[in-house]
Amino acid sequence: MPEVVTFYLLAGLAVVASALVIGQRNPMYSVLLLIVSFAALAGLYIQLDAPFVAVAQIIIYAGAIMVLFLFVVMLLNVPREEPLPTAASLLGPAGMRIGAVLSVLLAIEVIWGLSRLGKAGFAPDPQEASVSSVARIGNALFTQHAFAFEATSILILVAMVGAVVLARREH
Amino acid sequence: MDLRFGVQLAIIGLTFFMLINASALLVLAERKIMGFMQQRYGPYLVGPHGVLQPLADILKLLMKEELRPKGADKWLFTLAPILSVTAAFAAFATVPWGAETTLFGLLDEPVKLGVADINVGLLVVFAITSMGVYGIVLAGWASNSKYSLMGGLRASAQMISYELAYATSLAAVILLAGSLSLREIVDTQASTWFGFIPRWYVFLQPLGFIIYVIAGVAETNRAPFDFPEAEQELVAGYNTEYSSVRFALFPQAEYINMATMSAVATDLYLGGWHGIPLLDQYGLSWVTFLLKVGAILFGYIWMRWTLPRYRYDQLMAFGWKFLFPASVLNLLVTAALILYFNA
Repeated sequence: MPEVVTFYLLAGLAVVASALVIGQRNPMYSVLLLIVSFAALAGLYIQLDAPFVAVAQIIIYAGAIMVLFLFVVMLLNVPREEPLPTAASLLGPAGMRIGAVLSVLLAIEVIWGLSRLGKAGFAPDPQEASVSSVARIGNALFTQHAFAFEATSILILVAMVGAVVLARREH
Repeated sequence: MDLRFGVQLAIIGLTFFMLINASALLVLAERKIMGFMQQRYGPYLVGPHGVLQPLADILKLLMKEELRPKGADKWLFTLAPILSVTAAFAAFATVPWGAETTLFGLLDEPVKLGVADINVGLLVVFAITSMGVYGIVLAGWASNSKYSLMGGLRASAQMISYELAYATSLAAVILLAGSLSLREIVDTQASTWFGFIPRWYVFLQPLGFIIYVIAGVAETNRAPFDFPEAEQELVAGYNTEYSSVRFALFPQAEYINMATMSAVATDLYLGGWHGIPLLDQYGLSWVTFLLKVGAILFGYIWMRWTLPRYRYDQLMAFGWKFLFPASVLNLLVTAALILYFNA
């Protein structure tokens, strides 16, 4: 039973923190709540017997990326978000309709996915249970998924070059 | 079974107790060593030769009034020091500080000295120390003061920059040891070369060790890299607006981080608790460990009172243009040599 209790605690924390990220007017609080949400996710990974993924989640998302977010928010030093006029005036009627359709589609997708999961059950495959092994993750990453891995690195390089170009234009 | 559980709890409590006292002892050591280096005695009045000075310091800080600037953020101003010190304590959780011991035959099965032993221990230390920066950044932002904000900004920029070199120098040791568990990394350094040179990674990774120590000094915001609290420019940096216990937590976190950094350096490069066979025989391997950590900490303090502070742009240029490329080169050469000798 303790697994169930910790699962609901962590899952609840992640959901509530994520919801509050959107609800905050102060961007600083949003960033911090996002960190809480990431940390709760890391806890869930540990529960799934994947400590390496959990630690990577903390180092990369909660550590590196969110520090950059915080840095930007602090540099801009926006005390509060400006309240938008209204969603309707910003998007126009067509935009509102597209948004409505997209959110209905998303809801259908989530419900469909969850119902299928319910049938399959949460029992982990004993063959695949040792995700915790760093060596196994490394092997899979550099053999099976080598193309995706390399493609990601090129994508990141493109983003870096783009950022440099955008920053230089200001001068 | 019950005895074992109790012993494990006692070890956790002892680790916590040692860390708290480490910060007090380091304050005293810092002031005493600084004094001797400047040809004076340092604190001398409280207790014999001033050894009770930390106690007086803590009492003084407890008695002070807790102030909060008017425009400060109520929640984050309080949260920041708590976050700092929590991250500092938590980072030590996966650092082992002694060989397995039966506590002089008290237990049937040997018990591991250290809070937790998990297979990604080194990464956990790295992850949690990188969370420590939030305490400093939030303190700077929440104080609603320009000096504090500048200190917080510098802290985050500095920690992002030096974390890269820090992690890359760790990766070279991971390659050599073939493990992410700190205890396993220590145990691969147990034997000797030619019977007298200890098999410590500092001899295989001299450049890696130097990079680790430099990046470690920058990560803990110590002189000559103490920009977040550069007195001449920023009054006191991120903790300018803090007082009393809230203030005390920041230096405490800094000293505990120093201890963690030195303990990890001992485990990774200096063979952990191996090295004095006589102490190993009597199950006192942790004394060896503490001696090595103490030596590194002395080096830390020595450095602080010897070297002047860099300039901020020099710090950034040094981190990105020298330290990081050097650590990448070190990693590549290490990987190539391992491939060559294992093939």
